[in-house]
Amino acid sequence: MPITGQLRHLEADYDVAIVGAGPAGMAAALGARARGAERILLVDRDAEPGGILLQCIHSGFGLHAFDEEITGPEYAQRYLEQVLEHDIDVLTDAYVMDVGPGGRMKLMSPTVGVTGLDARSVVLAMGARERTRGAIRIPGDRPSGVMTAGLAQRMVNLDGYLPGRRAAILGSGDIGLIMARRLRLEGVEVVGVFELLPHPSGLMRNVVQCLDDLDIPLHLSTTVVGIHGRDRLERVTVAPVDDGREPILERSWDVDVDTLLLSIGLIPDAELARELGALFDPVTGGPVVSGTMETTIPGVFAAGNVVHVNDLADWVSREARVAGEWAAALATGARRPDEDVRLVPGDNVAYVVPHTISRDGTYTVSFRVKRPIHGPTMLRIGEVHRRKVRAVVPAEMVTLQLAPRMLEGWSGAVLRIDAVPAEAVVR
Amino acid sequence: VNHRHDRQPQPQAIDEDVATHVYLCTGCPLGCRLEVDAVDDEVVEVRGFNCRKGDRYGRQEHLDPRRPLSTTIWIEGAAIRRVPVRTAEPVPRDQLVAVVEALRGLRIAAPVKRGEVVVADVLGTGIDVIVTRELPAVGQRDHLTTGQDPPASEA
Repeated sequence: MPITGQLRHLEADYDVAIVGAGPAGMAAALGARARGAERILLVDRDAEPGGILLQCIHSGFGLHAFDEEITGPEYAQRYLEQVLEHDIDVLTDAYVMDVGPGGRMKLMSPTVGVTGLDARSVVLAMGARERTRGAIRIPGDRPSGVMTAGLAQRMVNLDGYLPGRRAAILGSGDIGLIMARRLRLEGVEVVGVFELLPHPSGLMRNVVQCLDDLDIPLHLSTTVVGIHGRDRLERVTVAPVDDGREPILERSWDVDVDTLLLSIGLIPDAELARELGALFDPVTGGPVVSGTMETTIPGVFAAGNVVHVNDLADWVSREARVAGEWAAALATGARRPDEDVRLVPGDNVAYVVPHTISRDGTYTVSFRVKRPIHGPTMLRIGEVHRRKVRAVVPAEMVTLQLAPRMLEGWSGAVLRIDAVPAEAVVR
Repeated sequence: VNHRHDRQPQPQAIDEDVATHVYLCTGCPLGCRLEVDAVDDEVVEVRGFNCRKGDRYGRQEHLDPRRPLSTTIWIEGAAIRRVPVRTAEPVPRDQLVAVVEALRGLRIAAPVKRGEVVVADVLGTGIDVIVTRELPAVGQRDHLTTGQDPPASEA
């Protein structure tokens, strides 16, 4: 079986059209099929489906979706095999330029040219993009050799190039940690990972397995304050930061490197939703969504990293399946719930997805804490549900299940989500 | 500020036989600091864990630390130049670099299937190295639309 059948004929209209064929888009397509959509289109701008999974060659995927630890490419292929089995139209090398009101979609590709189609429902599944040097305004020269960690990952894992010989990494997010190990294993000298915050941003497992195992130093409360080099990067200046995260320049030092990787966060790649005029959540940087994963634009759904940056592809797929199911429900005229309950972040919670729910549905509520609690923590959904967990950290998204029985007899309109030390909770 | 985690064993003599080694548990975000008391290669006690995972991890980490390993190898005749591979089982931690180096000069040809063994029993570990994605040969492939040949490889 080829990895995908090349799409020969594009229909003029679809029940559900999905933008992006990564872990979100593929799961949305399967959800839409399961809920009865007939004509489903999955569009991706890359040459093949899979998204960023294809360059994430490390393991750590699939523990929830497949009950087995596998790598990114294996996760992508398992989903893709299901997508093909379910006869979903896949159009690659295609760029969606515009989604208009009423589901009019304009796209462009070498095989179909510039064309339009109508979709009863649209699912936005474009994922996220990396923050770049411009986002944090590192002063200095503009030589080659300064790039995002994900770009370097693509160069090394798909294209077969090493980005340099001696590298520093700014930011201890998971991609940065994983690239530290990857470069070291490929024979690049990795002089260290520099993290502005006093704690690592990535998962503890990655700190141990990517840095400690290979004796790569992690410099906490330290950042890059200068970039030097005429054509190629020659050195960076790094400095410790004070409690207000301001660099202490008198204590700075220089590090000779020809490569600087930036792992300084992801931003939802949600321009299509922005152009449509959807309401956005200023904390996530993604569109506001209902419990059915519909944006504030009727018929336009969104799921995965385009809504909020997740730490596991498995969570992305789970959320996107819901979006695909409801997109199909809308397209096929099924009844959808009235949503009159708002979920809002409370104590020590940065954001909550979804933003609204109905009283009669079952939902996975996802949120991220602002500060770590290194001990028993009480998670609360308003007065209706609470669950105790061992600990919470900002690097790990937290999820709670909300069921209709929890809302029986409750007549409020707003549920606040809190994550507080368990001993502070008085019953 | 060169922060290091206390993963490296730090023997502290309690009496002349028992040594305490410190590991950071990776089982969950709690990241328990585990203290493993051992006499030579025998674990006497694990402390500092909050669940069974920690106890198990501490023993395994002290006696036989292993890690999942992924890398890429050259592939000829495919639409991309590298094909991802992994070890079928976690390998001993101190052999990570050696295994990657053993695979470095390897070249295989498309097509390949997911799960295909490219090196059996790598470095005598008893563990196979397997391909983690399908890659059709160019021309045979039908899933890429560029119609271009793969970039020419050096040598």
